Amino acid sequence: MPQVPSVNGAALRGPGPIDIALTVNGNAVSARVPPRRTLLDTLRESLGLTGSKRVCDEGTCGACTVIVDDRPVYSCMTLAVACEGKRVETIEGLAKDGELHPVQRAFVDADAFQCGFCTPGQIMSIVALLRATPAPSEADVRRAVAGNLCRCGAYPNIVAAGVSAGRRRK
Amino acid sequence: MNAFSYARPTALADALRRLRSGAVALAGGTDLLGLMKDGLVRPDTLVDLTGIEGLRGWSRERGKGLRIGALTPLIELEGNPQLGQLMPILREALRDAATVQLRTMGTVGGNLLQRNRCWYFRDEGTPCWLKGGTRCFAVDGENRYHAIIGARECVMVSPSDLVPALVAYDAEISLASSRGRRHMKLADLFVAPHGRERREHALRPGELITEIRIPEAALARKGTYQKAMDRKAWSFALVSVAAAARIERGVARDVRVVLGGIAPIPWRVAAAEKGLEGSELDEAACADAAERVLAGATPLRDNGYKLTLARELVRRALRSLVAA
Repeated sequence: MPQVPSVNGAALRGPGPIDIALTVNGNAVSARVPPRRTLLDTLRESLGLTGSKRVCDEGTCGACTVIVDDRPVYSCMTLAVACEGKRVETIEGLAKDGELHPVQRAFVDADAFQCGFCTPGQIMSIVALLRATPAPSEADVRRAVAGNLCRCGAYPNIVAAGVSAGRRRK
Repeated sequence: MNAFSYARPTALADALRRLRSGAVALAGGTDLLGLMKDGLVRPDTLVDLTGIEGLRGWSRERGKGLRIGALTPLIELEGNPQLGQLMPILREALRDAATVQLRTMGTVGGNLLQRNRCWYFRDEGTPCWLKGGTRCFAVDGENRYHAIIGARECVMVSPSDLVPALVAYDAEISLASSRGRRHMKLADLFVAPHGRERREHALRPGELITEIRIPEAALARKGTYQKAMDRKAWSFALVSVAAAARIERGVARDVRVVLGGIAPIPWRVAAAEKGLEGSELDEAACADAAERVLAGATPLRDNGYKLTLARELVRRALRSLVAA
């Protein structure tokens, strides 16, 4: 569908697929999606990044957590089109050259998962926490992952991983 | 979600011009996207406000009070150390308002305008009165989270944590539409749905909240926000109380007591506040105020506990204003 330019104002785009440009894990990417497509579905279905999980799809469970412009958000409650020009980071972007990110390493060392389905979201929440609070207390970590449910109940180890990742980075 | 067109204007005037019938404003999206996914809101156009310059952030001009832009993310109000000194109740109210992700995404204006959490309202298939149906399903249904006071045809409760805190500081709001601007007390924004008013807010079509203001005089108040939740971490309030007063030589002036989670609007009883004017907020005065605030409450089958919680939270909140 052609984009309809408006008289002296922002373009009105959609409702059909439109081209959007954003930065994902440091790479400039583009996708062709309708405005109603969420960031989560765009990551998973258009960009092949299936690390962010679709569970509740209503902003409650945290399995879809990604970082946008250094802040943790629920990608299921974010429209992809609203992320144009923004920096999106997902679990896939953490490891560099085969080396795990310190938070990923801490999760392995602390055995901070059972089934692993919530893990990408938990890790992204803690990565975002550490940027603002490099050496978080246990209470800081608890609050940071309060929006990430773990149905296996691995919480004690998740919190321990967050605290030790902070120590490690000091 | 239905299909819609999208625009992200950078000027307020452009945004207002686009908010004609069928268009809906998008800010953080934490409530709106949920409503759209549930089929309760079906816009033909979304006008994304987040690109508009000048509606984000806060400022304090001595003598002129505090101004907060409507697009300010909740997390910024909560985390700012200067604001924490100026008006600590904001941090108290927002800390457990929602998860980090939601407080990062959600904006002040959006928080004031969030729709209620009644499960009959939120269920697309239930034709409740507020959605144009003929009856309220909560009044004789599952109603443990519903209103105990001030409700008429609809027993929803005011869900915001920020609202009682702001109302306790006499907040005012600025509104803009393509027809002009107006100002009102924040408390007047809220409507207990009744009669032809099947709505929660007095916002007119095409109107946006642009700014929240706290008058200078109110900034001299001491305030506290107390909230009862189902669990220890973030959750919607079962009952919440914002209390504020200027404490002068051991007595309270300009007392405000505003409750969330118990009525369709932020609940305030002027007579109870007046009764505390000049009081030392001793146990008897606080207990008496709690009785007055909740006079006429009529709990439903499952929510009598809210009355007990509300009485105690009012007492605790007021007492804490004079605690050492």
